[in-house]
Order: sequence, then C-alpha cells, then structure tokens
Amino acid sequence: MSNIPKHLKYTKTHEWVEVQKDGTVTIGITDHAQDLLGDVVFIDVPQVGRELKAGEACAVVESVKAASDIYSPVAGKVTAVNGALTDQPELVNKDAYGTAWMLRLKPSNPPELNNLLDADAYASFIASEAH
Amino acid sequence: MLIFEHSQPGRTNPSQSPLDRAETGGIPSHLRRAQRALLPEVSEMQVVRHYTRLSQKNFSIDTQFYPLGSCTMKYNPRACNKIALLPGFTGRHPQAPESFSQGFLGCMYELQEILKDVTGMQAVSLTPMAGAQGEFAGVSMIRAYHDARGDSARTEILVPDAAHGTNPATAAMCGYTVREIPTDNNGDIDLELLRAAVGPHTAGLMLTNPSTLGVFEKDILEVRTIVHDAGGLLYYDGANLNAILGLVKPGDMGFDVIHMNLHKTFSTPHGGGGPGAGPVGVNEKLKPFLPIPIVGKENDGSYRWLTEKDCPQSIGRLSAHMGNAGVLLRAYVYARLLGREGMPRVAHYATLNANYLMARLTQVGFVAAFPKRRATHEFILTLKKLKDETGVNAMDVAKRLLDYGYHAPTTYFPLLVPECLLIEPTETESKEELDGFIDAMQKILIEAHTSPATVKGAPYTTPVRRLDDVKAARELNLTWKP
Repeated sequence: MSNIPKHLKYTKTHEWVEVQKDGTVTIGITDHAQDLLGDVVFIDVPQVGRELKAGEACAVVESVKAASDIYSPVAGKVTAVNGALTDQPELVNKDAYGTAWMLRLKPSNPPELNNLLDADAYASFIASEAH
Repeated sequence: MLIFEHSQPGRTNPSQSPLDRAETGGIPSHLRRAQRALLPEVSEMQVVRHYTRLSQKNFSIDTQFYPLGSCTMKYNPRACNKIALLPGFTGRHPQAPESFSQGFLGCMYELQEILKDVTGMQAVSLTPMAGAQGEFAGVSMIRAYHDARGDSARTEILVPDAAHGTNPATAAMCGYTVREIPTDNNGDIDLELLRAAVGPHTAGLMLTNPSTLGVFEKDILEVRTIVHDAGGLLYYDGANLNAILGLVKPGDMGFDVIHMNLHKTFSTPHGGGGPGAGPVGVNEKLKPFLPIPIVGKENDGSYRWLTEKDCPQSIGRLSAHMGNAGVLLRAYVYARLLGREGMPRVAHYATLNANYLMARLTQVGFVAAFPKRRATHEFILTLKKLKDETGVNAMDVAKRLLDYGYHAPTTYFPLLVPECLLIEPTETESKEELDGFIDAMQKILIEAHTSPATVKGAPYTTPVRRLDDVKAARELNLTWKP
C-alpha cells in the first residue's frame, strides 16, 4: 500500500502539496506516482519567477519507462525549485515527500487549495484507478 | 568487443584499398583534416568475423517470434525488397527528367491510388519521410485549413491520454496547445469529457483507432460528430492500421486527414531509426494543402510531378525529392502482392492471432487489461496482481521470455495500465508458434510463484545478462576511448 501522509493535500494527477506557515506551498509527486514511474533518471523543474496556472504543466519527470508532466496544483508564482534533483533524480524514488520536493509556489488564488484532495480522498482515488 | 579493440597500428587491408590516391590539392588547407581519421586498423578477415558474430547475436524476426508486432517490425516479405532493388529503380537519379522516370512515377501514382482506396481518403501525398513527419504534415494542413478560412481562434488540439507521445509533440511543434482527454474504464474516449472540452478554440482531435490500448474506439462516429460540430477536424494516426487494413476505412469513420506508416504496415523494417515513409491522406477539405510533390497523370497516360505551380496552397516540401523512394517501392510491391483480396486477410489473421493469444493467456492465469473487449491486432495484459503477490514485474517476465527464445513484447506502454505487456503477434505467425509462446508464458507464471528469484535474475542465456538501464539513462556515455 502506498505511503499517503495525512498532513498533505493531493491532486488526481499525483502531486502532493504542503502549505507552509508563510502561505507558500511546497509541491512534489506522491509515493504512488514514483512507484508507477519506476527509477527516475531525469527531472526538469521550472524557472523561479514563472507564473503558473492551476493545472498547467510545470515540470517533467523522466523514468526508464516514460516521461511524465507534473501539473501545478494551484495558480501561483514559482519562488524556489529543488536544484538537488538535477544531479540526484533518484531522490524521488527514495524520499518522495521529503528531500525530493520539486518546487515552491506563492499561490495567487489561495482558495483553490480547498479544491485539493485530502489523504483519505486520494487513497480512495488511487484504489478506484487500479481497474 | 568493439571493432576498435581489434585495431593494430599499421594493419591494413590491401585487397580492399584503392590503388590510386585521390588528388586533394584543390581542397583549401583549412578544410583538410590535420590528423588521420581514427578508424580501426584491421584485416579483412577480422572485419568479416566481427560483423558476422555480431549479427549472430541478434534477436531477430528471422530467427524468433517477435511480439512487438507491426508497431516495431512485422515480417516483411523478401520479394518486396528484391523488386525494389531492381537496377532500373536503384539506378534512377531523382533529378532525371520525367520522361526517363515514367516507370517509377507510374508505381508511385498507383501507390497513391491504392492508399486512397484502402483508407477511403480523396487524395494522398507520399512525400513525408517518416511517421512523425507525416503527423507534422497532417497537423500543418489542419492549421492551413483554419487559416485559409480566417478561423484563427482555434488554438487547441485534443489528444486522448492513451495516445502515442508523438501526437502531443506534433501539435506543440505546429504551435497548438495540447489538451488531454481521459479514457474510460473500457478503453474508449470519455465522451462527456470530450463534449466539455470542445469549442470554438478546438482545431482538431488526434486519434489512433484501434487505440494504443488495443481496442477499437466503438463510439468513433459520435466522436466525429462532437468534433465536427465544434468546427474541429479529425486526425487519424495510422500506427495501428494493420488491424483494419482493407476492412474499415478511416475515411468512412469521418477522419479528415490520416498518416500511414508504410514502414510498419507495408513491408519495410521499422524500429531501427529509419528510413521510413509516412504518407498523408486527406478528404476534399484539405486537398489543396497537401505537401508536394505529388505524382499526377496526364490525359495521354504519362506521369509528371505536381509542384508549387499546380498546388499553390500546398504546405510545401518536406524533403529534397519525394520521400524515401526505396520504402515507397517496397510498399507498392507489398500492396500489389496482397491485392484487394489479400489486404483484408492481413487484418483478419492479425486480429485472429491476437484474440487467440489473449484468450489462451487468460486461461493460463494472466489478466487482460480490458477483459470485456475483443482484442484488435494487439492486446494488453496487466501484471499488477502478479507483482503484488510475488514481486515479479512486467520487465522481469519480459526478460525471462528471452531465455525461452521469444522476444519480449512491449513493456510499460501505455503507461495508463500498471505493469503492462502490450502483445502483438501479427498475421504471419502459425498456431504452433503461438502455442509455444503461450507455453513459455505459462512456465514463467509458475516460476514467478515457485521461484521468483529465477525470474527476477533473467535473462541467463543471452549474449549479455540484464543490463542496467537506469545507469545507462543517468550516465549516458556512447564514446569508446582507448
């Protein structure tokens, strides 16, 4: 069974979102997503300062199986990206919720965060997807 | 061992060396190399043995069952290659006057006519040199059509989530925004979501039918109506044409433009990086925009190139001459050998073989991804249950098949289906061959439960054992250094 921490929010496209005290959000991909992808070999993160729309493709994760887009869960401006992933893409497989965070956003429309899934809803979503 | 590792300084190959040396005095000194090229210095016998041994290590369709199917390489009859290599064809210069090329032009004209007939389209251009270039030509024509009508608000191309990666890449190359349409649990496009997605911004929908999920999009006529009513055009990706060859015509399904992969479906090996041929077919709406040159037939029965003068609205040229002549000739010979009666037999046997394999593999304990659907020319197994129970995944099973003398099917595509194997036997395999494959798969399934480590360690009998594909991708290094 996948690891789905209770304190995070999730999307149906398998990103996780952590709301920080200063109102910014940290974004990465879930343990379930990294398990589906297999060994990650390359990650492309967006430029700091880029304005993203909710649902816009903002990063690429490439594994030995496939290249997949990562979608921004909410609209906002990129305030930081995780440069360590360029040299160590394997962090995504080892520590999806920790050192493998991908980007930080300053949300431009914070109420959008209420549209995201909680841990239980995400768990039922991935159970329903496994048809 | 690489040929470079056989090299000894000064060892030459006199019987193959030219006796006279070329006069290079006329080449300016800054264009001449200062050092000799670093070529291997080996004897003739060393070269012969090196490459013969390499070829013997090949896992090929000439020696073994190869369930990657038409997607990569189905069997390409020898006759097609032999005839395409006749001296009258190979000796023809592409710049020769039309009067010297009537035979070749005649073959190309007839190929255009055959492809029109088999796809139900109104006109065909053979010019695109690969599937991806065919897609580029197709979507460029969609763009030219909307532009010619002053309909410039159409900025979006719809692509199902099961599509080949080239579809969104093509749309992006042509300046469109890509919107993904999800697939439902039966492998069909979700019609409600499609209805919600179309509008005045829709330039078109790119669709592979049968889809990459190995099922025929049964609501295709409804899909057509939704897209056409919104003012968009319908693009047919011919990747899976083998399944419906001569049986169902994309033109009848309502497609406005189609590309065909002659190098997959019509008798040229594919999967080696080319050369290919990706002709495009269109209906009346898109006819003026076809890429040139096209072969036209005059009233006196002679043939000539149609160029910019004849087709002023053409999207232009995609190659110096007209595509890859050799591939087009093989396709022409293949089509003529099959004839109108033979073409549907390709589809019938490809589909029968796939359905037989799917039924038998399900009987022995494998899980079909879409059990309620009849397979087309290919089908998908999902090994998720096996992985959860034993730890053996799709890649392990694929590698173990090599030990039993079978090439692995496509793994992990489409990614929508977890732990999947995409199996395409094609029309040329006998029942005995298919039964052998089923037996091997059954043995591997038993091994996965009784001795999973055996399967996870495979292959054992190939020239190289399991390769570290993660290391290869992370530390790509293709240069040999002494």
